[in-house]
Formats: sequence, C-alpha cells, structure tokens
Amino acid sequence: MTKMDNTTRYERLRERYQNGDIDRRSFLGLIGAAGLAYGVQTPFARYATAQTVSQVRFDGWGGVVSEAFREHAFGPFTEKTGIEVVDGTFGGGDEYLSRVKAAQPGEYNLAHLSGVFDYARYHNLGLSTELNEANIPNLEFVIPKLIDVFRKVSGGTLSCVPYDYGTTGIAYNRDHISDEEMQEKGAKILIDEALKGKIGGWDDWRTRMWYAALQTDQNPNDIQDVEAAWDAIRTHRDLALKYWTSGAELMSLLAEGEIYVTEGWSGRIYALQEQGHNIGYMDPPNGFGWQECLFVLKGSPLEACEELLNFMLAPETSIAVAEGQNYPPALDPSKVDLGAKIPTLPAFDPTGTLDGLVFADPAFWNGNEQVWSETFGRVKRGY
Amino acid sequence: MSVEARERKQPWILLTPALTSVTLLLFVPLLFIVVYSFWLRTATGADDPGFHLDNWQKALGDAFYRDILLSTLRIAAITTFFCALMGYPAAYFIARSKGNKAILLLLLMLPFWISYIIRTMSWINILGVSGALNSALMALGVITEPIQMLYNEATVILGLIHYLLPFMVLNVFVSLDGIDTNLEDAANSLGATRWQSFLNVTLPLSLPGLAAGGLLCFVLGAGTYITPLVLGGPRDAMFANLVFEAIITQLNWPLGSALSLMLLAVLGVLVMIYNRYLGMTQLMKGLG
Repeated sequence: MTKMDNTTRYERLRERYQNGDIDRRSFLGLIGAAGLAYGVQTPFARYATAQTVSQVRFDGWGGVVSEAFREHAFGPFTEKTGIEVVDGTFGGGDEYLSRVKAAQPGEYNLAHLSGVFDYARYHNLGLSTELNEANIPNLEFVIPKLIDVFRKVSGGTLSCVPYDYGTTGIAYNRDHISDEEMQEKGAKILIDEALKGKIGGWDDWRTRMWYAALQTDQNPNDIQDVEAAWDAIRTHRDLALKYWTSGAELMSLLAEGEIYVTEGWSGRIYALQEQGHNIGYMDPPNGFGWQECLFVLKGSPLEACEELLNFMLAPETSIAVAEGQNYPPALDPSKVDLGAKIPTLPAFDPTGTLDGLVFADPAFWNGNEQVWSETFGRVKRGY
Repeated sequence: MSVEARERKQPWILLTPALTSVTLLLFVPLLFIVVYSFWLRTATGADDPGFHLDNWQKALGDAFYRDILLSTLRIAAITTFFCALMGYPAAYFIARSKGNKAILLLLLMLPFWISYIIRTMSWINILGVSGALNSALMALGVITEPIQMLYNEATVILGLIHYLLPFMVLNVFVSLDGIDTNLEDAANSLGATRWQSFLNVTLPLSLPGLAAGGLLCFVLGAGTYITPLVLGGPRDAMFANLVFEAIITQLNWPLGSALSLMLLAVLGVLVMIYNRYLGMTQLMKGLG
C-alpha cells in the first residue's frame, strides 16, 4: 500500500468539494481539523522513528549554483528513486542558520554550506548528525584532505560530505583595470583612492576582515593588529559604492559596469567570463580559499539523505554539477578523470592536495565571530 | 438563556475568531519577543535564557543605535513630506475627476499587484550606469559619461516614495471624496477665488486624510529594510536593517528582540499621539 502524503490528501479533499461531494462547511471543518492536528503533533514529530520519505529539502546558494544542482542532480535523483528534492535558497550561511534555528528538527534537511567554520558552528550548536558512511560508497572518490578537516571537528564522524571548493579572489573590469595594475596592487586595489565609487565588496564580516588582513600585510588566520584591519575596512567602506549581498547582485554590479573591482566568488566570475564579459579574476597571495560541503541536519531522514549524497558524489553527477557551477568538485583528480572543462576552472588543483589554497582556521574565525560580526555592523554604518 | 443575555454575548461570539487570531498571531509572538529581549546570546550562537538587562542597556544607552534611529526617523519624515507633496495633487485630481474615477483608482492600485522587492529593484534598471535614464541622456548628447545615481540616501528615499505614495493618495482621496463640493461653490459664490476656497475650505477639511496618510507613510517607511538594502550604499541603513542583522547575520535574537521592541515603542508613541489628537477613524477609512 502506498502511503498518501498531505498534499495528495488536500488535493483529493478539494476535488471532492469542487465536485459537490461534500459541502463547504465540512470542507472547511476538515481543513481546520487537519491544521489543528498538524499544530498539535508538530512538537512531537521529532520523536517519530519510522518514516516513509517522499521528499527531502535541500537549501543552497541560488542562481547558477542551484540551477546546476536542479538539472544535474535533483532531477535525475527523483527520476531514479522517486524521492522529491525540495530546493530552497539562502543568501549566506548566517541567514540559513537563523532559519534552521527557528524551525522544528527535520524541517530542513540538507544544506550547501561553505567553509569548515560553518560546519564547526552548526556542529557546536548541536545541529549535526552522524552519517553512515557505508551508505555513501562514493565518498572514496573524494580528496582525503577535504574529509579529514571535517572529521577533526566532529570527533571522527561526518555530518557532511565535501562537494566542491573555490576561492574568493578579486574580480576586476579589464576595460578599466589592466592585468598588470592588478598584479601590482593585489588586495590593496580595493582601497585605492583612484577607484572611489567604483569599488564593491561582499557584505560579509569574514571576507571584509580577511581582505583587511591582506591589505595590512597580516596573516588572515592570525590577525594581530585588529585595529589596523578595522581601519582598512573603514577605508574600503568610504571608497565603496555598494556592499553586495548575493552572487546574483555581484554578477549584476560587475556586468552592468556599476563597479570595476570587488572580491568575487571564483565560479560566479567564471560564469561572467563565459557570458563574454571582460572581467579578470585574481587570487592574491593568501587569498581566501574555501571548501563547500553538503551538510545533513539533525532530525533529517538519514537514509534518504545518504542516498542523495551518494548519488551526488557519483563522478558523472559531480562532474556535471561542477561544470554547471564552475567550481571544481571535491573529487580526487588522481582517482577520477575530471574531463576537459574542470581543469580550466579558477582555483582548480590538479594535484588534489589543495596545498596552494589558504582556508579559514575554524578555531580562529569562530572564536572572533561574535565580536567581529557585531563590530562590522557598526563599522559599515560609519563607526 | 434570555434574549438580553444572548444579545450581550453575540458580539463576543462574533469577535471570537478575530480576537483569537490577534492573540495568537500578534500578542503571543510579541510576548515571546519581550521574553527573548532579556536573554543573552552565547559565544556559540546559542541563547542563554534568564533575566538580563544587557540588551536593553545596549539598545538604550549606545549612541550607535540612537543615531541610526534618529536617521531612520529623519528619512521617514522626508519620505512622508514628499509623499504628501506629490500625493495630494494626485488625490485631488482623482477625487474631482468625473466618470473615470474608478479607472484612476484601479491604476493607483496596480503597483500593489507587483512584488514590493521587484518594484524597488526596477530602479536599478532606470537609474543604473547602463540604465534607461543614463542611456537616454547619453543618446540625447546631454552627458558623455554615465552619472552615478544609485546607492545613496537619495535613491533610498526615492524607493520609499515609490512604495508609499499610493498609501498617501488613497487616504487623501478618501478624505477629499467625502467633502461636499457645494461648500466650495458656496465659498466661490461669496466672492472667494478658487485658490482661496481651496485654502480655506477644502484643505482644512481634508487634513485628517493627509494626517492619516502621513502616519501610514511614516510608520511603514520607518520600519522598512528592503529599500536601503537594495538601493542604499554601505552607510545607508535604517533601524530595521539593524534588527535584521542582529537576528539573521549575528544570530543574536535577544538583542534583535530588544531593538525591534525599541522601534515598536517609538512608532507606537507616534500612533498614540496621532490617536490622541486626530483619532483612528480616518485611518480606518483610508485603509478600508
């Protein structure tokens, strides 16, 4: 017997009402009773052990990134298993965490999280789970270094699988800034007076602080002179036209010529280049590298999630998604042939060691998160 | 049960659904926010329940929040002023037009069919470097280089006017539409010019509508965060943006709760002042 989901129940009831099989009072009464029953049972739903899973929810960064997931992963997965993937988007990890915090366990299932620092935050808030790696055999294709950093945070187990990596480098309009000028100025071009009103930046305290460290010649993972870094952020703020809040806005500001230079996400900038825009991209020394993972939240239907993760890590799926998103996959190039396009993507490491990328140290960045995120809120308003 | 007793109970029975909704959807969540405002955020982002005054001390004592609140009230006041300036003639025209009033009102309502965010973002296509206005000016030879018009306080105010103008027009229209035009005719027959009859008869009688529209525009304008987010530069924040950041970005729900209650209190005082001197009846007419 097939178990009926709530949507089907509602549709059948509505059909009965529209056909005149039940009167309006009964229809509304049943809807009300269903609402009441749902409201009463929701707090206890977390204790349900047996689940017939017809859908899982996945939240990601939207834009071309989500489009690639939909086309190359979710659609084929639903076709194969019958499990629907409900696809949501968010503007950043903080925003998503806030939504998860307000929801019941199980309401949100999987998320495309960025950085080990995000993984650590979610884990420390008790939102992680323990994946059964036996159900994810495709994990063997993943670069071991990418897995190990997550294991360290969650005591040897995993609540996610690594999926891709990239950098937040500097994107610049080649019609106005030459490659030579970019090489010469590096991260300091973002505080160049000559470009006042044509500079952008991500409205994200970590990125702002990371680049401030580069502009003040400090190690981003060990910023000692914090005041100098805030001063660099203030200088950038006074020269910037706009802090962008999403990948779509970043692409629009650059493509429309509103700004000439900003930090940017490697894959999004590659997408702009593919569209024919004369935009250059450079990772300055100690540029911001990050690895993204597919995180499973506590309370999610584990087996269905593991099945989806395994499907997404299958080389053919992972490569197709990576080619759509323009971010190199977490697959180990020494084990999997990644095709022709991926080696051309920014930040790609053919060795699979990722030694050339600098990642944010979770302990350092999460340790300063509370104070720095609040201070950035003030600094960007002119303080 | 006697007829009198039943009649006494009837209004309460009829009001029960509305009162239940208001209690469950407004007062209970508000109570949660009040409770939250006394909690603390721990270093991991988790909440620390208890009774702490730290958030209130910060919200009320920190010059940063006071300055942004004053800036928000200033922007809302400027927006309201321009809405009144532009909305009154439009409402007057609609109220005095013959025959096509319904079409004009429908045109006024049309923008509400489009998402507020989309309407706000449309200004990027109009005022952007490669937007319609710059393209037109360059095509006409008025300018040789595009002018940077976006992402400043002026565009935030422009976006707010775009959003709030219909509220002003509707309120003023309701007020003007209820004025007996014979009063203007009487003033004219007694020797007043059209301008004098407007100034001495129509304008004073329509002031309650103007005030109701002003209150709505001010309160809605002061509470917005989308417009500064889309059309503002790095510094152009309003108070609601601070609430958004505290809750969403910093995961500091307790501080966000205290800040939102602070904004609510300030706007609540304004509504109470309005109610004390003008009453809420006109506002209800406009909203109706």
